[in-house]
Amino acid sequence: MSRTFEFNMPRFILAVALMILGLTFIYISETRGITIAQKNFTSIGILISGLIFYSGVLVVVAMFRDESVLSFAMLLPSIVAVGIFVYGFIAWSVRVSLSKWKGLNPDYTWVGLQQYSDLILHDPRFRIDVRNTVVFTIGFISVCLILGLGLAILLDQKLKGEALFRSIFLFPMSISFIASGVVWAWLMNPATGSRITGINLLFKTLGLDSLISLWHSNPPPWGMAYTVIPAVWQLSGFAMALYLGGIRGISEEIREAARVDGASEFEVYRHVILPMLRPVTLSAVIILGHMSLKIFDLIVALGRKDQRLDVPGIYMWTTTFDGTNYAQGAAIGILMLISVAILVIPYLVNSMRAEAEL
Amino acid sequence: MSKKVWNSLLAVFVIAATVLSACAPAATEAPATEVPATEAPATEMPATEAPTEAPATEAPAAGQVEVFSWWVGGGEAAGLTAMTEVFKEKYPDIEFVNAAVAGGSGTNARAVLATRLQAGDPPDSWQAHAGQEIIGTYVAADQVAPLDDFYAESGFADVLPETLIPLISQDGHPYSVPVNIHRSNVMWYNPNVLSEAGVDAVPTTWDEFFAACDKIVAAGKICLALGPQWTAMHLFENVMIGALGAEKWNALWAPGADWSSADVKAALDAYAKALTYTNSDHAQLADWQPAAQLVTNGDAAFNIMGDWADGYFENAAPDGLGLTAHTDFDWAPVPGTDGIFVFLSDSFVLPANAKNPDATNAWLTVAASKEGQEAFNPVKGSICARTDCDQSLFNEYLQSAGTDWSTDTVVGSLTHGVVANDAWKAKIDTALGLFLSDNNVDGFQAALVEACASDGVCK
Repeated sequence: MSRTFEFNMPRFILAVALMILGLTFIYISETRGITIAQKNFTSIGILISGLIFYSGVLVVVAMFRDESVLSFAMLLPSIVAVGIFVYGFIAWSVRVSLSKWKGLNPDYTWVGLQQYSDLILHDPRFRIDVRNTVVFTIGFISVCLILGLGLAILLDQKLKGEALFRSIFLFPMSISFIASGVVWAWLMNPATGSRITGINLLFKTLGLDSLISLWHSNPPPWGMAYTVIPAVWQLSGFAMALYLGGIRGISEEIREAARVDGASEFEVYRHVILPMLRPVTLSAVIILGHMSLKIFDLIVALGRKDQRLDVPGIYMWTTTFDGTNYAQGAAIGILMLISVAILVIPYLVNSMRAEAEL
Repeated sequence: MSKKVWNSLLAVFVIAATVLSACAPAATEAPATEVPATEAPATEMPATEAPTEAPATEAPAAGQVEVFSWWVGGGEAAGLTAMTEVFKEKYPDIEFVNAAVAGGSGTNARAVLATRLQAGDPPDSWQAHAGQEIIGTYVAADQVAPLDDFYAESGFADVLPETLIPLISQDGHPYSVPVNIHRSNVMWYNPNVLSEAGVDAVPTTWDEFFAACDKIVAAGKICLALGPQWTAMHLFENVMIGALGAEKWNALWAPGADWSSADVKAALDAYAKALTYTNSDHAQLADWQPAAQLVTNGDAAFNIMGDWADGYFENAAPDGLGLTAHTDFDWAPVPGTDGIFVFLSDSFVLPANAKNPDATNAWLTVAASKEGQEAFNPVKGSICARTDCDQSLFNEYLQSAGTDWSTDTVVGSLTHGVVANDAWKAKIDTALGLFLSDNNVDGFQAALVEACASDGVCK
């Protein structure tokens, strides 16, 4: 690799100008502060000034005419930012979770794994959280996959208006969990008697009184199972899109070959298409699984902090910000991170290995 | 990389630089130039420094006072504005900066405040519920200074109920300036539902209450309207106080508390029984308003809620339901709590590392003053913490509360931060949530004993 340096006067002047500009603004921000409409923008000002200064550095780096050095230099701010704000804070959360910080002021007294053992062994609320997460995850993933696969197979029948149906099924995904949670909380209203409303009112009007349900107000753990309904409504279309993509990726010749061998249409799906969709299923489980393990917004909107529908995310929020128990909150956060990591990391390692082989 | 890309990249940098150079110097001067524009009632403001009503011995306080609260909507924000007007009149040299953070009952605001305090950037004063929410959280973290001097100089303690002072003090030092008072132990009821069900007298004990409930349920109505979990805790404190009385309730929050006693067990049994008369969908109601509305709509007979419900019932739409007292709804003390005033109070504090103590002092002086409280409370729909406010400013309910405030025994609310610190309260809330799902009274009591030992006064 040849590393040539090409000096270019106008560019050099630009670089120096940018660096001086950046340093000047850093100095101004530091000494005088930046206030716009009575809000403090000093730190944002320093950040922008720093980036201006760094753009001057980039101009100099560009003179080396080496693409790989330049691309690394371009990425460096992001690498530093991700390093600090993602991995740095994960490390800090781990440290907090090993302390006994409770109350406003940080207290980093080392207590080892005590926060974790208290949560896992002695905390009845955390036990509810784990049970609820398991119920939700199993229900959510399995129903999503079955519905998604069913819809994909139906759409695969070359029917008219396929694009329309695809959009309709995929559309709920674009709504935020918090909004759909609010709407589904109205629909799944458990009120009875003269105040009956939502889906229950529909059932009553249709004379289907036996279907009237308490929905997610059912005694645990069944109440939690009902929270799967809005989640499935929202994401089964996504599973459908994944499966449809997978099915379309299987060439028509393979299906033809199976038919020539005398397989019925059902057997084509059962013995040819389904086995070939296994990687798609794995991806779908990973993507849906990491969502359901971290679920917070949907459950907050549906359950309004009803503890029977508690999940680790809600417990983390209340213990940290309502109870000022920062160490316990950090421990819950780390446990959530670990649970997602167990799901995602083998997949990442696997796909990286597969890419390396290509 | 092509030349074109380079040129456009450079253009972006140059534009960014120009934008920043254009705004930075101007922006830094902003506070000086923008102030007159943002302050509407600047007409009364003397252009030059004029003598103010601040104590003559000190130099007039200047600069700004940043006041942090969660009063952003409805009567609360209007009340704050009214009090701010009083402040501007008295201290024209101090700029009032309203640092309110939205979010019901302050959950979001408290998280923001905690972050600011940890970063060593406290507001000049902030809103907090009087009592242990301040003492257990902010005083324990050395963020709040005692107000002995303020109380001594202003004579504020003389106009407060005697039983209130210990509840807002720690080791004899008061730590907050209560601005308003709300009452927790009010039982709202629908007189029509009661008479239709054949309940002639408003129940005054829990046994009477349960007897009345049986009649109301037989008439096909909900007896006790309940909302989401925090209103279940609100009900919890009221049943406990009604069953235990003021003295035993106070003893639960003082050193040597015994949560395992038979009295507590009996009170918890009463609470468990009260829950059996509530609406099946209580956990799914959005907040306390839908539960209160069950009463006024005639679906339910009783609702136990703080007296902010009065404003909701009586104010004209859209802020309220526009109802008439005594015909559409009526009120009584929660059974067993006649002569007891379960209070909660929004109050302001003096930060331990106050950036501008004179300005904070000026704000607290206004917040404690008769004038400030008379401006704030009728608008907010609460009563003055002072007992000498002009009662004619208030409506009928608030007048009755005002009378009770100066004569009743004052005890603190759990739900609203008076008797327990945040950590203890969070533990009790968790225990309560478990109880709501498993209905196991013994388990609940054991969890309460445990909560007192781990985060409360039983350490």
